[in-house]
Amino acid sequence: MPEDSIFETKGVKKNFMFVCNKAPYGTIYALEALEMIMISAAFEQHAVIVFIDDGVFQIKKGHNTKSTGMKNFSPTFGVVSMEKEDADEDDEIDMVWRIVVEKESIEARGLSEEDLVLETEVLSSGELSDLMAKQDVILTS
Amino acid sequence: MKLGLLVNEGPFNHQASDTAYHFAKAAISKGHQVLRVFFYFDGVNNANKLSEPQSDDRNIVKMWGELASAHNIDLVVCVAAGLRRGLKEEVLADGFRISGLGQMIELGLAADRTIVFGD
Repeated sequence: MPEDSIFETKGVKKNFMFVCNKAPYGTIYALEALEMIMISAAFEQHAVIVFIDDGVFQIKKGHNTKSTGMKNFSPTFGVVSMEKEDADEDDEIDMVWRIVVEKESIEARGLSEEDLVLETEVLSSGELSDLMAKQDVILTS
Repeated sequence: MKLGLLVNEGPFNHQASDTAYHFAKAAISKGHQVLRVFFYFDGVNNANKLSEPQSDDRNIVKMWGELASAHNIDLVVCVAAGLRRGLKEEVLADGFRISGLGQMIELGLAADRTIVFGD
């Protein structure tokens, strides 16, 4: 277990869901939520990363933040993708990561799967709701 | 039941921290245990001892510290989010400690329920 562990969590396996529901820039929520997701990988827990509402813009291709001076964190999603692939391919790692985008959210914003930097599962709000109900820990920003 | 709390918003600007505080108090009074409160995003500002609200207002920074010492709650401020906002050991209020984001994930594993306070 990374860092200074205080609670007895050895062998505990849970289903985490990270709900990314805010636009990528304008506030820091998206960036810091992504930092949390990256850290969680070290714990080898099952995780569903959900992009919903304006959060779908976080994974839209072609971010350019030059004129605003904000840090462009879009490349970090490449690392998320790598973590997922590692988990999928390595039988030693008991960790499943799913990357989900809500169908209604992308449609309402005129986006399609081809506009996104990540390979995602597209789920309807109903399907997403069912998936949410199965989670142990849901972290939103 | 063992509870874990995540506070995502700063004090005074937003009510999330107050709501989390009152939730924690109510849960404890019903016999539940609050293992840890993790402060993230602007929530790290809840741990700033330089905070000085007007005398007729609540002092949520102090209230957290007092609740923590009375009920043995681990108040953890995220180091990365804190550094960005100038929240360091020098200004850390009593009852809080600074650590990494892993403490949030660990809390999710240890607690029976994790509750997020924010927008």
